[in-house]
Amino acid sequence: MNAPVRNTNVQLMNGNHAVAWGVRLLSPDVAPLYPITPQTPILEKLIDFQSQDVLSTRLLTPESEHSAMAGAIAASATGARVFTATSSQGLLLMHELLHYAAGARLPIVMFNVNRTPAAPWGFWPDQIDSLSQRDTGWIQLYTETPQESLDTTIQAFRIAEACEMPVMVNHDAFYVSHAVEPVEIPDQEMVQNFAKKPDRSLWLETGSIRSIGTPIGQAGWNETRREMDVAMQRVVGLTEEAGRVWGEQTGRHYGPLDFYRTDDAEVVFVTMGSMAGTAREAVDTLRRNGVAAGLIRVRLFRPLPISGLRAALAKIPTAIVLDRNYSPGLGGVLHQELKAELYGMENAPRMHGMLAGVGGVNVPPETLEKLVIDYKDAEQSQSPIWVD
Amino acid sequence: MKDTGFNDQGHFCSGHNACAGCAEALAMRVVLNEVGEDAIGVVAPSCVAIILGAHPNNSAKIPFIHGTIESAAASAAGVKQALIAQGKNDTTVLCFAGDGGTYDIGLQSLSSVAERNEDILYVCFDNEGYMNTGGQKSSSTPRAAATGSTPLGKTTRKKNMVEILAAHRIPYIATASTSHMGDLAEKVRKAKAIRGTKVLIIIIPCLPGWGVADDAATKVARLAVETGVFPLFEIEDGVKYTMSVGEKTKEIGSYLELQKRYRHLDDEGREGLQAEVNENWERLAEIAGK
Repeated sequence: MNAPVRNTNVQLMNGNHAVAWGVRLLSPDVAPLYPITPQTPILEKLIDFQSQDVLSTRLLTPESEHSAMAGAIAASATGARVFTATSSQGLLLMHELLHYAAGARLPIVMFNVNRTPAAPWGFWPDQIDSLSQRDTGWIQLYTETPQESLDTTIQAFRIAEACEMPVMVNHDAFYVSHAVEPVEIPDQEMVQNFAKKPDRSLWLETGSIRSIGTPIGQAGWNETRREMDVAMQRVVGLTEEAGRVWGEQTGRHYGPLDFYRTDDAEVVFVTMGSMAGTAREAVDTLRRNGVAAGLIRVRLFRPLPISGLRAALAKIPTAIVLDRNYSPGLGGVLHQELKAELYGMENAPRMHGMLAGVGGVNVPPETLEKLVIDYKDAEQSQSPIWVD
Repeated sequence: MKDTGFNDQGHFCSGHNACAGCAEALAMRVVLNEVGEDAIGVVAPSCVAIILGAHPNNSAKIPFIHGTIESAAASAAGVKQALIAQGKNDTTVLCFAGDGGTYDIGLQSLSSVAERNEDILYVCFDNEGYMNTGGQKSSSTPRAAATGSTPLGKTTRKKNMVEILAAHRIPYIATASTSHMGDLAEKVRKAKAIRGTKVLIIIIPCLPGWGVADDAATKVARLAVETGVFPLFEIEDGVKYTMSVGEKTKEIGSYLELQKRYRHLDDEGREGLQAEVNENWERLAEIAGK
């Protein structure tokens, strides 16, 4: 095995600029972009790169996120490698086209900055914007740090193009999008070899009458969903592979799930995004106090890595799910998903669904530590619990 | 039989899904013929999408992406950008939409594309309503026309899409009709040679939607031109108006009487429409310097 290429190009940057750096290293063909807080620094940084002549991507600035995604779809359908970025209202405006992009099997990569949707207006970290798009057919990844956002933006192209499905990478508003950390910028040649643009199975080209999205009968439509099912079943493996190869190249290893001190754990937090950082702090404190706590961070949410979750949770008596989102009438989306995936498992953990940080309210490590003390030996909670 | 001078290159195939006698199929034939094979198409949900055919058929000899109704122009811009990224700058991007997809739900994205002067050829097949869904009014439906959603006749004017587009100062806008096939073909040729946003609006009398006899679509289209209801003209750079047919030679009655959508009108109603046509015509003629 080759030794990782250690790169000394480390710069201080926020999560959004890290995303823009990931895009710059790969320079996809086309990127339609519409500004929205707190995604805007991605757009601005890309325009800045373009004006410095270090980004060859054709940037398109249409009048809405809807048209940005329409342009992304059409460009991808014409064989271009396409990136776009949005947040909250913008993502919700795209909803119709998210279904289209997936149904047409277009490997678009989109970065979404998780933000509260109106009403009332808010600009705060909350994952309900992307979680409410879970049935559109987009692969969904959630990152925790600016470095991971850069790395995952690149891995997303490799995953998307391998299975011809669109990928949405998400990080939390402000906690990741605007938090400044040292970020290592990988070698561009390595990146371009890592995510080589493969031949596509279907695109629009002159000299052919092969079309995309043409009206189709019931059986044909049904078949498209069966084929998407086959593609989705490859995604956990593709995410593992992309994370492993990336690790070999950079020393930073990723997988569909991220485990922290779970080996002998009696209670684990399960969460996504920046909440994992807080949970890690809480785990360390609990461990120091003799409580065998751990953390499972779900990095790949769609499709959920079911066998990985089942294997990890089978050994653990209690799971406390931290959802920075609220689905009215249901509860936390990750909690509901986990309940469904673990249904019927003999040695499933007792699960407690915590609505923690909804609307971006701060959840300090001490609050999480107290949750463990209060719930680690309790009967499984039937209703979601609002965390103060 | 009159020689139309039309030299069909076979870019639009038989077996398409248009209603028998539909003028839209003829308009598509002329447009596709002039655009040629170095083109990629975008089509919004509309009659034209149906006419192109269901999977795996395509009655055109160029590939199409069947996009969403409100984003035809935005999609065309995406195709164009992808082609430029691939160095295929000369390939024509042809966009087909109906009036619903142009005057109503697609106006926002079309306006943005026009403002950015994206290099696309946008063709609106204007049958003055949502005819593909069974005949409801759009903002292109003229005053007094009965539709499924205006059973007593629409109470407001047809939106002046041409002037909205002209305000964007795009290089080329033209209105056209299958009754003037040579003029239509010439306008497509002219538009194709220009870089930037070009828009053609073609009047398409809808046989079931307007209540027109199966053999009368192009006759009604001709009367739309001759009565001045649908004047044929070009606008270059948003300011230079040129009339393609410089006179209106008939009263509106001859146009109205061939359509069931106006049969509820009394004399006063017909006179009101004539007055509106006269007013529009005089205004247009003044701008065009006639």
